[in-house]
Amino acid sequence: MRISLGNGKAKTPTERPPDAPLLEVSGLVKHFPIRHGLMQREISAVRAVDGIDFTVEPGQTLGIVGESGCGKSTTARLVMRLDEPTAGRITFEGHDITHLSRGAMRSHRRDLQMVFQDPYSSLNPRHTVGRIVGAPFRLQHIKTEQGIKRAVQDLLELCGLNPEHYNRYPHEFSGGQRQRIGVARALALRPKMIVADEPVSALDVSIQAQIVNLLDDLQDELGLTYVIIAHDLAVVRHVSDRVAVMYLGKIVEVGGRESLYRTPMHPYTVALMSAVPVPQAGGRDRNRRILLSGDVPSPIDPPPACRFHTRCWKAQEICRQVEPPLRELRSGHQVACHFPENEPAGTKGPVSLAKPNS
Amino acid sequence: MSFLEVDDLHVTFSTEDGVVRAVDGLSFGLEQGRTLGIVGESGSGKSVTSLAVMGLHRSARVNINGRILLDGQELVGASPEAVRRLRGRRMAMIFQDPLTSLHPFYTVGRQIDEAYKVHHPKAGRHEARTRTVEMLRRVGIPQPDRRANDYPHQFSGGMRQRAMIAMALVNDPDLLIADEPTTALDVTVQAQILDLIRDLQQEFGSAVMIITHDLGVVAELADDVLVMYAGKSAETGPAESVFNRPQHPYTWGLLSSVPRMDRERQERLVPITGQPPSLIRVPEGCPFHPRCPYAKLNGTRSFDEVPKLRETGEPGHLVACHLEAEVRARVFREEVRPRL
Ligand SMILES: Nc1ncnc2c1ncn2[C@@H]1O[C@H](COP(=O)(O)OP(=O)(O)OP(=O)(O)O)[C@@H](O)[C@H]1O
Ligand SMILES: Nc1ncnc2c1ncn2[C@@H]1O[C@H](COP(=O)(O)OP(=O)(O)O)[C@@H](O)[C@H]1O
Ligand code: SF4
Ligand code: SF4
Ligand SMILES: [Mg+2]
Ligand SMILES: [Mg+2]
Repeated sequence: MRISLGNGKAKTPTERPPDAPLLEVSGLVKHFPIRHGLMQREISAVRAVDGIDFTVEPGQTLGIVGESGCGKSTTARLVMRLDEPTAGRITFEGHDITHLSRGAMRSHRRDLQMVFQDPYSSLNPRHTVGRIVGAPFRLQHIKTEQGIKRAVQDLLELCGLNPEHYNRYPHEFSGGQRQRIGVARALALRPKMIVADEPVSALDVSIQAQIVNLLDDLQDELGLTYVIIAHDLAVVRHVSDRVAVMYLGKIVEVGGRESLYRTPMHPYTVALMSAVPVPQAGGRDRNRRILLSGDVPSPIDPPPACRFHTRCWKAQEICRQVEPPLRELRSGHQVACHFPENEPAGTKGPVSLAKPNS
Repeated sequence: MSFLEVDDLHVTFSTEDGVVRAVDGLSFGLEQGRTLGIVGESGSGKSVTSLAVMGLHRSARVNINGRILLDGQELVGASPEAVRRLRGRRMAMIFQDPLTSLHPFYTVGRQIDEAYKVHHPKAGRHEARTRTVEMLRRVGIPQPDRRANDYPHQFSGGMRQRAMIAMALVNDPDLLIADEPTTALDVTVQAQILDLIRDLQQEFGSAVMIITHDLGVVAELADDVLVMYAGKSAETGPAESVFNRPQHPYTWGLLSSVPRMDRERQERLVPITGQPPSLIRVPEGCPFHPRCPYAKLNGTRSFDEVPKLRETGEPGHLVACHLEAEVRARVFREEVRPRL
């Protein structure tokens, strides 16, 4: 194992093209077994993430959006190697990290950091801000105590906090300030990528905007790459370059921000977007809202073929029989649906056989 | 006088750290058949207000002053028994998290039956159940006669909220208070519930008070809007007027903080600086002044004098801010409107 000293990035030089994806995920699966009886026999599984592929380019932000339980946090935890994947492959900077041990992960850990949803429970209440934000330096043994203090104070300042807050405790801060502390901690080792799971959803709207702007500035300043998970479609549009929409453990649509929001193609995406209330007198035109019936089905026994067919107003027999593969119908914009909305003229109709994704 | 009239309401809590001024001189009125949206960030006093109206403050440290009149009947200082008789029958409430208000050990149907029988003591089991099933059907629970026998945990989040609404409406109340009714729900389920509340409101003609931190939810449902800040009304008026011509710098800040799906993507959000005040040490003068970019536009007034609600020139639209009308209009036109 390589232990790096000092400030610099002692990374093994890689001969990857500069625009090669920083993160590549393919065929990623996570099933949580449900056990029963004396023998703890596995009777079924929660199919939290069920075969997803995506890539994230350096310096870009991928947004992942979807309703509760669709597998967003599980995806984040898999990418961070906090959970063991059931199947699939995770490549970070060209290295396969899918099954790396904790120790072997350490050298990548500096480059891959996470920001959590809940700024209350993710900070140890008994530790000072200095100790929390400085912990990554201590874990990696890369700075003297004096050096740590300086570095932490610089980070606090970078994140819009007062360097004099070094000796304070988390409970002395507001929710927004705590989230700034969480971001400062994630930035300590100058990571290349930050995975943020609902970084603003626990915050008041006026504070959400402060944190969104902070993430934005840090990306510009430090060239960071983000995966940002959120259930708020407007926030995701604001922060992302590319957006993936998840439903019941699958990515049903993924595309560039403008293409996806202007011409959503998956019926689920269309319904999701039409459901967002807007702060405008009279609200939305009710006639243009697509009201889905029912709730999201259980991921223990998801509907076969297209998982959205139980709630989709366009569902046909083929949707219950054949799983629609992700197809690229616009440049950089893929959708998994037999009868997409906003389909560009001249694209072929439903596929008759489920083909593996290219 | 309005059907529900709240006049100079003060709710304080005495704590070890000092007195929490959770609601600090709030006044508003609500007519039957109308929906009032109360919007504000967390801790602005929305829930404390609704619990005061419902007579549900149980804390020994609470102190309630002012007037709350429901159809002319004074609720502040009324006997708990008198308020209990009104609750459920004349006014009912739904909460953010239906799991905390539904009992886990009783079937959903039984709980709604009981809520009905409290106010219809002569009703038999059969009558109550018929009414329960009818209400469950009305709120969109499929196979309501069968599902009435389910326990709350057998319902999804959206169904539980529907069941809560059924329970709240079972006695046909004149006032329905919904405190963050969709905050815990997914956006597609939220759309269903908002739709349901709106339909039921039209059908039953009751007065509805909807409390939320989401300006979009208010815009969907409310006829009138009250923007709360630090236990006070910052601005209130007809929804059309408040959304199209907001008058208070705090409302401006809220509107420009949120990214919007119905507009082109902004390059940058414009947040409100700082954070909401402690309600133990509320700033002197205008409680918003430490965060207000316009606080210095009227000498020291914003710093020493609490602004009172006053007319804006638009019917029913009031604002609690010292800015002169011309200054306000200019700031709105030149700075605020372009970024909304
Ligand atoms: N450790 C676990 N054991 C069993 N099931 C789990 C576990 N973690 C997650 N799940 C299940 O996997 C599914 C996906 O969960 P996940 O937390 O990824 O959803 P999410 O998209 O992040 O939802 P939310 O928006 O509510 O945060 C859910 O059904 C969840 O209950
Ligand atoms: N029982 C209580 N004891 C002390 N303070 C309370 C109590 N209930 C509410 N508060 C305080 O009153 C203020 C307003 O709370 P609340 O009405 O719940 O806000 P919200 O607008 O988020 O609904 C907050 O500062 C809160 O901490
Ligand atoms: S494949 Fe069929 S059921 Fe699935 S989203 Fe498309 S139209 Fe709807
Ligand atoms: S009274 Fe002064 S501080 Fe308060 S909102 Fe108006 S301008 Fe701002
Ligand atoms: Mg999650
Ligand atoms: Mg509340």
